[in-house]
Amino acid sequence: MWRYVLRRLAEMVPTTFGVLLLSFVLFYVVGGSPAQSVLGQHATQEAIVNFNAENGYDLPLFFGNWCDMDAVQKAPDGGTRLACTLGPGDYELPGAAQATLRETATGREETRAVGADGALTVPEGWRAVSADGVTEVRRATRHFFDSQFVLYLNNLVHLNLGMSTETKQPVTEVLLQGLGPTLSLSVPILIFGSVIGVILGLLCAASQGGVLDRGILALSTALMSINYVVWILLGQFFLGFKWPLFPIWGYESAYYLVLPVFIGVISALGSDVRFYRAAILDEIYRPYVRTAVSKGLGRGRTLFVHVLRNSLIPIVTYVSLSIPYLFTGSLLLESFFGIPGLGSVSINAINSADMSVVRAVVIFGALIYQLVNLLTDIAYGWLDPRVRVAQ
Amino acid sequence: MNAAAETSARRGPGAWARLWGNRVTRLCIIAIGLYTLLALYGEGVYRYYKGSLWEGAPACLTWAPERVPPYNQVHMESRYLPPLSVSTWPAHTLADGTAVPETTHRYWLGSDNLGRDVLQRLIQGARIAFHVGIMTSLIAIPLGVLLGCLGGYFGGKIDSLVVWLCATVSAMPGLLFILAIALIAGKGLFGIYLGIGLTTWVSVCRNIRAEVIKHRDRAYVQAARVLGYSHGRILFRHILPNVMHIVLISFSIRFPASVATEVFISFLGIGVQGEPSWGIMINNARARLWQGIWWELTFVSLAIFLLVLIFNRLADDLRDVFDPALRNR
Repeated sequence: MWRYVLRRLAEMVPTTFGVLLLSFVLFYVVGGSPAQSVLGQHATQEAIVNFNAENGYDLPLFFGNWCDMDAVQKAPDGGTRLACTLGPGDYELPGAAQATLRETATGREETRAVGADGALTVPEGWRAVSADGVTEVRRATRHFFDSQFVLYLNNLVHLNLGMSTETKQPVTEVLLQGLGPTLSLSVPILIFGSVIGVILGLLCAASQGGVLDRGILALSTALMSINYVVWILLGQFFLGFKWPLFPIWGYESAYYLVLPVFIGVISALGSDVRFYRAAILDEIYRPYVRTAVSKGLGRGRTLFVHVLRNSLIPIVTYVSLSIPYLFTGSLLLESFFGIPGLGSVSINAINSADMSVVRAVVIFGALIYQLVNLLTDIAYGWLDPRVRVAQ
Repeated sequence: MNAAAETSARRGPGAWARLWGNRVTRLCIIAIGLYTLLALYGEGVYRYYKGSLWEGAPACLTWAPERVPPYNQVHMESRYLPPLSVSTWPAHTLADGTAVPETTHRYWLGSDNLGRDVLQRLIQGARIAFHVGIMTSLIAIPLGVLLGCLGGYFGGKIDSLVVWLCATVSAMPGLLFILAIALIAGKGLFGIYLGIGLTTWVSVCRNIRAEVIKHRDRAYVQAARVLGYSHGRILFRHILPNVMHIVLISFSIRFPASVATEVFISFLGIGVQGEPSWGIMINNARARLWQGIWWELTFVSLAIFLLVLIFNRLADDLRDVFDPALRNR
């Protein structure tokens, strides 16, 4: 058993690394620096350079010796000059003959010659304030792997997901606050959805080919064709407004969750029932069912005790696949019913282009997915010894 | 036995005839044809008012763009008209000086809050839905087929890489990942294509890979190997035609799913800009549903429902005919 758990853990490593790499590529390589969206459209070049330097957005992506800083500006006389002052560190300033350094504490200025290859060292407590004729500014990284990727992994390990630009709260806090409401909505949806789905699936399978079966099947196909957005709008309109049975906005008592849970269940019911029906039908023609029937067992007992138990394996697999989504929540359902969970947090972040929150929820969701998969597999290995030896 | 004979033996004779013979399936195919015609008509209208056959077309295929296209024309005097009502637009002069005489217009499906024709907008929505369904499939299916073929055929390290890629992408939280890609690629259709296309190839890849593994050691593949054919020839000329039905089934599943996702994304305002997508229309209509303006929301919902329903039904039938084992996957 322990060998199986260890093997499963080892298998998780490459996928987790892949998930981290993929989100890094999406948000850092393609997405680039958020300086523009954080500082606003009218941010000065100086502010952007400083923002990037502070948050490490000018570091090389994966590895390298130099950070390219976009710190060159056109001077009024047609030449080029520094766009902002440079803090302590080793620089390369090709094109500049000399640079002026200022001691921060005293304000004393000093002119230094820049080396032939543009090398310049700004000591602690000093800043470089000008270097006329400079064509490019590069800062030396502290070591070869001092990169955005390493910084990103380091931040993740320390659960430092940055600040939300909208709410000015640490993102970790935002995530933790949203988790409770999300689970209070998604767990009932999962439980009710699975139970109702399995019952309908059993009904279908029991009357396979009959009117009931075909009726439920046709209804399921119709249900799964109705758009999710339409489900919410119709539910709110008819059950909240036309016949005001349920509140449609707020998160005060369990009663507020009834309508969203109902909509969540019914919108997923179509595809669920179809799956459960097929899983049960796979079992119903097995020899042991024929044996059970021929030794005189009742229909109900055969179906609920013998068939259901055996078809539970695909059903549990199917249900476990949706467990990770319990944590990220339902985007629309939450934001339409005013439930302050992760779903509405994500929607708000998307609407206000608050990338640090979007990024955090995506990574959080992906890591939870890994974890739940691991736990599910371990549970399988525990329940079914065959899984442990199979490759 | 050559590849084609083995395939047809497995599928049984006349798969297409059986599809066409089923009355419901025939109805679905005809309905999809009608939707396609509607979308093509919408594309024609869109191109006509855009002024060229495509972006940057040569001069012979470019003409002076007409005024505002009919689906975006605002008529404040005929707002909120119920279906079938007739409205008279008074004579007026446009900004460029052309005089427009008084016209009567029948709103078959009513008008919205700016007096725009719901029917015209609905047709444009169908156009966008088809764009999304086809473009995302053009990204997802070739990607999935290529990776699935390579992984399934070669096995070993290549297969591990493909499986790793699939596992990684499928671990990302679906809709949110699509939204993030769309957001980073920039608002508009392109972001939607990329977002949906780059996340949904995984299921295509898995199905193709599983099927290619089944074929890898069949007699006809061994025969091709003995004849000294190259891997590329065996894979793409011999095996691929035998797993093509999965491509067809994948397309019929992917298409409605992409349309539904596009509705969702555009509804959130991240998708299409300035053109009437179904998601935008629903978002537009939902506030006024409470005041009894039911037609816009109803007709858009119906249009989406029917399109998705017929594709879902067709996907079922395709699976039944071509590959019963793939059902429910």
